[in-house]
Amino acid sequence: MPEKIIESCSVTRLDILNEKGEADLSLMPALTDDQLRELYEIFILARTFDHRALNLQREGRIGTYAPILGQEASQIGTAYALDKTDWIFPSFRENGVLVARGYPLHMILQYWGGDERGIKVPDHLNIFTISIPVGTHVLHAVGSAMAAKYRDEKTVSMVYFGDGGTSEGDFHEGMNFAGTFRLPVVFVCQNNQWAISVPRERQTASRTLAQKAWAYGFEGIQVDGNDILAVYKAAKAAVEKARRGEGPTLIECFTYRMADHTTADDASRYRTKEQVAAWEARDPLLRFRLFLEMKGIWTEAFQKEVDEKAKQKVDEAEKTAESAVHAEPSDMLAYTYASLTPRQTKQMRDF
Amino acid sequence: MAKLNMVQAINLALREEMQRDKDVVILGEDVGRDGGVFRVTEGLLDIFGQERVIDTPLAESGIVGVSIGMAARGLKPIAEVQFMGFIYPALDQISSHAARLRSRSRGRYTCPLVVRTPYGAGIKAPEHHSESTEALFCHMPGIKVALPSTPYTAKGLLISAIRDPDPVIFLESARLYRLIKEEVPEGEYTIPLGKARMAREGKDVTVISWGAMLHRCLQATEGMSADVIDLMTLNPFDEEMIYSSVKKTGRVVIVHEAAKTCGLGAEISASIAEEAMLYLKGPVTRVTAYDAVLPLPKLEDYYMPTVERIKRGIEEALKY
Ligand SMILES: Cc1ncc(C[n+]2csc(CCOP(=O)(O)OP(=O)(O)O)c2C)c(N)n1
Ligand SMILES: [Mg+2]
Repeated sequence: MPEKIIESCSVTRLDILNEKGEADLSLMPALTDDQLRELYEIFILARTFDHRALNLQREGRIGTYAPILGQEASQIGTAYALDKTDWIFPSFRENGVLVARGYPLHMILQYWGGDERGIKVPDHLNIFTISIPVGTHVLHAVGSAMAAKYRDEKTVSMVYFGDGGTSEGDFHEGMNFAGTFRLPVVFVCQNNQWAISVPRERQTASRTLAQKAWAYGFEGIQVDGNDILAVYKAAKAAVEKARRGEGPTLIECFTYRMADHTTADDASRYRTKEQVAAWEARDPLLRFRLFLEMKGIWTEAFQKEVDEKAKQKVDEAEKTAESAVHAEPSDMLAYTYASLTPRQTKQMRDF
Repeated sequence: MAKLNMVQAINLALREEMQRDKDVVILGEDVGRDGGVFRVTEGLLDIFGQERVIDTPLAESGIVGVSIGMAARGLKPIAEVQFMGFIYPALDQISSHAARLRSRSRGRYTCPLVVRTPYGAGIKAPEHHSESTEALFCHMPGIKVALPSTPYTAKGLLISAIRDPDPVIFLESARLYRLIKEEVPEGEYTIPLGKARMAREGKDVTVISWGAMLHRCLQATEGMSADVIDLMTLNPFDEEMIYSSVKKTGRVVIVHEAAKTCGLGAEISASIAEEAMLYLKGPVTRVTAYDAVLPLPKLEDYYMPTVERIKRGIEEALKY
């Protein structure tokens, strides 16, 4: 008997905007001018916030911070594809997602300033807590999708993680559960080429991260993660597919971490200026602006207006965060269980 | 009233709670058609269907992690880990997330999850099938640990665990599964978490134990005047009952089938030293397994406390 090929895998890559802001109109997602404007505003707000947070960290006013510079299109484009009732499972580098979903900015600062009250997610936002252990929250998103399916509600769960996260066992287990039960979940991998100092090639021998989905029996797609239109289009398709009950999708956003891993890191130890400079030209904001300019949506006046709005919001957030009354020390005991244990009740007396 | 063994009692608790509350679902390896390798979930698939009795891929972290996601969204998952020796891949999920979700989110998200798993030696099983590492989970604030010793208490405790708004590790002695039968009523009754049970009352010595060892303690104290405390909930444990018994007897023997060093006996003993030291007539005695890797069945009877070793421990305590 001759050997024969019984399965083969192909990987789609989606690009819409090039670096000059020229769009492949045949691939344009359905977005109105107002929506494009809104996306741009969110983008500016996210970048303004990120910049401010870095400064606040340098001044010792918040703790260690994980910047998102360069990854905004991946984050905003995906989050924008969701309905308010959908669920988001962020890791630690998702401030662009939080901003896009209207998470109170002062609470984000509070969180990075070391105050749990910042991640007491407001009841009207379907956003899970920030997950620090890499990859572990993939399973929670899958569980959420399982709950949605069980209750026959049409919500989608979207989970964010990095290229490094794809090496974790929980990523595998989550993808495997999602494929097996055909769950309404969208896996968003921001491949920013680095896991702290370890390059993407050291995470896996796979040519793409998107192709990993194939092994679990569902589709993976790679998109230009610096192209907000491509990201949005892929995410929208994945979300709609999930909502129709047609199962999960893995989206690999091919992007780059322009800043240090966190404020505690020095990326010059492990990567060259040339590599970073090459990616600067691919800045996701620049091309989106050029695109909007060609469409006649972007003007200097518009820029000024959104800059000012963003600055005002971030100023306010900073003020609110810094004027918050100090957290109650007893809070650390109060929320361990629904009610205090007898021993905790005694320990409470220390406060 | 029917006489049930522990497997049947737990099965009854699961069935009644699933009937009562549509949010209760079961996940695990072989829990569906097979009814679990110990048959604890037998028959539940036929009653509740595969949406509620879910055979999962073979992945412990996955089972527990997915259950955490479900619990955070308001379901009440019961995750079965086939043997305690295989719970370790899920330790990260239990400790990093189940335990912390409520606190991290200051109450926005909670984790009403039960992780059931058979523990303990004495069933002539291969390596990794006889673990008794309950103390690991007692050292995780945010987690509760329950461990019944009889069919009746198993049912009542499990119902409390399922209804508890926080994550509970529910440990079932594989050795006891079919060893004892007793009357277990149908219908609702609960045994509260955090409360121990006086399994025998006396005045000369307080013997504290749980699960399979409890029965050896009862044998060892036959004919004696001893308080034998069945702890039932290991975290938070019933300090009140322990101290009041210690104040009465002045002598303490703690018995567990886990290794000695940093076992739960250490915590209980330290607590007694803090709270009831002046009532003690002599040192606290621990009768435990050895600080050894759990041996294969040929040696397991030497590893865990026997009735003889427990008796000797009690005699030591009674010298004072
Ligand atoms: C399980 C786990 N191991 C190690 C760490 C420390 N750590 C934090 S971020 C990180 C790299 C993550 O890389 P990636 O998944 O690509 O995400 P990125 O930081 O690039 O956004 C490491 C090793 C962690 N948080 N969790
Ligand atoms: Mg990365």
